[in-house]
Amino acid sequence: MSASTHGYSVRRFTPERGAWSKLMARDSVVRRLDWVLLLTALALSAIGGALVYSATRNRTELNQGDPYYFLVRHALNTGIGLLLAIGTIWLGHRTLRGAVPVLYGLSVILVLAVLTPLGSTINGAHAWIVIGGGFSLQPGEFAKITIILGMAMLLAARVDAGDRLNPDHRTVVQALGLAALPIAIVLLMPDLGSVMVMAMIVLAVLLASGASNRWIAGLILTAVVGALLVWQLHVLDQYQIDRFAAFANPALDPAGVGYNTNQARIAIGSGGLTGKGLFHGTQTTGQFVPEQQTDFVFTVAGEELGFLGAGLIIVLLGVVLWRACRIARDTTELYGTVVAAGIIAWFAFQSFENIGMTLGIMPVAGLPLPFVSYGGSSMFAVWIAIGLLQSIRVQRPVSA
Amino acid sequence: MSNIPETGRTPRVTIRLVGLQILVFSLLLTLGGRLWYLQIRNGDEYTAEAANNHVQQVVHPAVRGSILDARGVPLADNETRLVVSASRTELMKMPDDGKAVLTRLADVLGMKPKDVLDKVRLCDAKTPQPCWNGSPYQPIPITDEASAKQALQIREREEDFPGISAEPTAVRRYAAPAGSNAAQVLGYLSPVTDEQVKAAEHTKSPLLRSDQVGSNGLERQYDSELRGKAGVTRYEVDNLGRVIGQRESQKARPGANVVTSIDSRVQAVAEKELDQAMRDARKQHDRNTGTNYKADSGAVVVMEAKTGRVVAMASNPTYDPNAWVGGISGKDYKQLTGKKSNYPLLNRAIQGQAAPGSIFKVIPTTAAVNAGYDFNGPYACTSSFNIGSQVFKNFESENYGGISLGRALEVSCDTVFYRIAYDEWKKDGGNKPKKKPGDWFYKTAHQFGLGKETGIDLPNEVTGRIPDRQWKKDYWKANKDAWCKSGKKDGSYGERIAYENCLEGMKMRAGDSVNYSIGQGDTLVTPIQMATIYAAISNGGTLHDPTVGKAIVSPDGKDIQEIKPKSHGKLPISAALHKKIDSALAGVATRGTAAWRFQGWPQSKIPMHAKTGTAEVYGKQTTSWFATYTKDYTVVMTISQGGTGSGASGPAVRKIYNALYGVDAKGGIDKKKALLPQPQAYLPKISSDGSIEAQPLGKQFETASRERRRGADS
Repeated sequence: MSASTHGYSVRRFTPERGAWSKLMARDSVVRRLDWVLLLTALALSAIGGALVYSATRNRTELNQGDPYYFLVRHALNTGIGLLLAIGTIWLGHRTLRGAVPVLYGLSVILVLAVLTPLGSTINGAHAWIVIGGGFSLQPGEFAKITIILGMAMLLAARVDAGDRLNPDHRTVVQALGLAALPIAIVLLMPDLGSVMVMAMIVLAVLLASGASNRWIAGLILTAVVGALLVWQLHVLDQYQIDRFAAFANPALDPAGVGYNTNQARIAIGSGGLTGKGLFHGTQTTGQFVPEQQTDFVFTVAGEELGFLGAGLIIVLLGVVLWRACRIARDTTELYGTVVAAGIIAWFAFQSFENIGMTLGIMPVAGLPLPFVSYGGSSMFAVWIAIGLLQSIRVQRPVSA
Repeated sequence: MSNIPETGRTPRVTIRLVGLQILVFSLLLTLGGRLWYLQIRNGDEYTAEAANNHVQQVVHPAVRGSILDARGVPLADNETRLVVSASRTELMKMPDDGKAVLTRLADVLGMKPKDVLDKVRLCDAKTPQPCWNGSPYQPIPITDEASAKQALQIREREEDFPGISAEPTAVRRYAAPAGSNAAQVLGYLSPVTDEQVKAAEHTKSPLLRSDQVGSNGLERQYDSELRGKAGVTRYEVDNLGRVIGQRESQKARPGANVVTSIDSRVQAVAEKELDQAMRDARKQHDRNTGTNYKADSGAVVVMEAKTGRVVAMASNPTYDPNAWVGGISGKDYKQLTGKKSNYPLLNRAIQGQAAPGSIFKVIPTTAAVNAGYDFNGPYACTSSFNIGSQVFKNFESENYGGISLGRALEVSCDTVFYRIAYDEWKKDGGNKPKKKPGDWFYKTAHQFGLGKETGIDLPNEVTGRIPDRQWKKDYWKANKDAWCKSGKKDGSYGERIAYENCLEGMKMRAGDSVNYSIGQGDTLVTPIQMATIYAAISNGGTLHDPTVGKAIVSPDGKDIQEIKPKSHGKLPISAALHKKIDSALAGVATRGTAAWRFQGWPQSKIPMHAKTGTAEVYGKQTTSWFATYTKDYTVVMTISQGGTGSGASGPAVRKIYNALYGVDAKGGIDKKKALLPQPQAYLPKISSDGSIEAQPLGKQFETASRERRRGADS
């Protein structure tokens, strides 16, 4: 309250400054941004561009004869993502807090639309809306954000208002209900990878909100029982079960899923310490690994850049998560903490699942690697998340 | 103004945030650890796997070496044919898997589209022939008989025929010089089998699945030399097998040429005379069976007596080896391997075995002398010889009175040998044999190299059989159950024999020994064994491993590996005995059983030696044998169910000698007409470029070559 009044008065009574000096002023938004986070995320997207280019430059059946087709679009996606992040910072996460019901409603409608004839199946997941002109939308990616924002709004409302120390049971139930709707729809698609990520987001959000231990334990139990039920009630298609089992035992299905995981492992394993050099990966050039510009983009890094390059990606992801953790810790209001925790869980689990499946320690699930993989929806969503993190940092009450 | 932000958070949240942080970073650490495990610890393993993944090899077959006769005339070489082949990898790139292209191709080649499509499909358990058995990266031959016009059409419309090539390619040809055939000696090529690929995997010359390998005769014997080394280009391919780069290329190394001791002209004469002799025999009446002779098969071997080199080797019935070129048709294969055609693939010179009859007698003669009997005798040549109630007749039942062993050879008197054999059998203990019987007759046969392979450089030679005591025991053990089951004391002839065999088949009976002494009974020999023995008698006693191959000449002609004559033993004959047997065998040709066939032979200039044989076979007509030699050559001929030795085989052998030495019917010698008065001593001339010069065949044979070629083409 006092901060905004203070800010207003300062602006009012100081002599006019040039735009540049305004931007570079000590108290300006630009100076207060977490530049490490921003540049690290940008570096990941840039590396992603190189890897996507390497994976697609010879794939005439995909790139329509233009070797730069995917690279240009990747850069474009990153640029749009960056603009979305700036827009998010400009709006501020608190403004967005007010818009959450609208955003939530919009994302649920979009997710629902996938189940209508508008939706399309890509790689076995009925998770897409094809817009036309070569563009398609994956509403599940945006649902991750609205779940985080919606749950955070509900859980933090009374705490931030100073009414309670921790969210009460009623609020937790409301928050869970809010998350359950889009998750259930995504499960029906079925897009198991996204469901897993969303479940992790819900868990992290509840943890950070200070909800009682019983809720946390109950949620984990529900997840385990739910997984067992899904398995037993044949909600899953056979291909999904195969995919799941083949990561542990590629020989189970050597021509299908096992082939993919095996080829991914060969690609990464053959990279060695320094890799075969960008554009020199035989596995990549030979297209032995499927979906190499999207879900399996990490194999390009493993093969062509080696342990050093692929390790660098993991380190950079670590830096992003470290900065996010700092932001979660440093903000004074619970709303920001909860939002940041949700984003951390999202980035961390999605990265772990994505890289883990290429390394053969996680089952294959159609999830992109944040910032690195080619794909508009995912790229936009993670950059909006970066915008949210920056906004939480920028708008945290400056010590008066 | 405090620097500590006012956090409204409870300690619970703070602790949970720390927990979340720890969890997140342990996930990242897990990834890093696994990455290290895959890339650093097991990196080599995956590098090897990645290398296997994307390399495919295309094989350029080496040009197979030629098989040449002793004068450099090619018996088997290669001709260039226009081979149209399809690249499967190119075809699979097309949206319809190349169907349209192959249909167009079928139209140009005048084939059915289905036949063409079938040829390029890959063989598997469910796909019947025709299908492609080789590597899918290998161009698949569609036809090897494209005309120049068809090839031109394909080449000029490259855009209509992507992935199709029409290239001149070397294809095997059996040229049949001088009208010779030599099918069984040359052998043939057939596609390699999986077992052969596996067996050759770790040898010096590994096989590829697209290879053709020699499957019989010289093609098989000298396969590794003839085959050369295929060139290999390794391509990098992607996951769909599309070529994305070339790695390394190894040029094909052509195979070596094999020069043989065969003289195509003599071979042609031998084949022709054998065939004629069999035709003539079929016109002869057989008194014993009341029908004409069947003369169902025969063989002749012409050998250099001093070296064991084979100058000609013919087997009848025969076939055209070109039937195998470019893949044999099912009909041809059935015909070649069927009973109806009497198995023309068999080389009866080394795979046909029969009782030798009287040409065996040089062995009991030697045995008797070595056992202490006097060569000069005299021995009674009665018309028959009795053991108990059994009567052993002299062939033609003639009585010559008391004669020497030499005369017994000349007139082929059986009873002389019966008597000595019976004598020896008794000495060895008769029905209760001594612990260490002398067994002179059997021992001597083994010393002559019978009962085992001669070691000729041709595959699948058979051993023949000497029915000695050990063999009798083994044979009885193997057959006693069947004999005892079918044998009847008062049954038919066969049943009585079985009954007798069941009771005492393990024993050497007097009758066995007596029958054996004249090359009858269970004795089996091959023509090549008898040729080796008579060559040894000619050359003073050295048993050579017969050879067909004479030298292996590298493709550039610089490395010549001569195949030197090898010996596998000496005849157990003293110089004195040798002289006597030699003169007795000359007597056979001049005044004995073969004299009527060598009337007018210039014996003083070219001393001829011979021995006739007429072997009886239970249930069949007699086998004709004729073994002869001069100082240079040995000729042995046999005709199954052909009649007597001199009767059926005599004229043919005489004509072969006539051709070799240029002798005319009256006994005059025309050196110009002589094909080979002395064995070919030198290898054909090898040019600096490695090609081997062929000496002209001579007028009479050149026409024959052309005629046969035309016959093979049509």
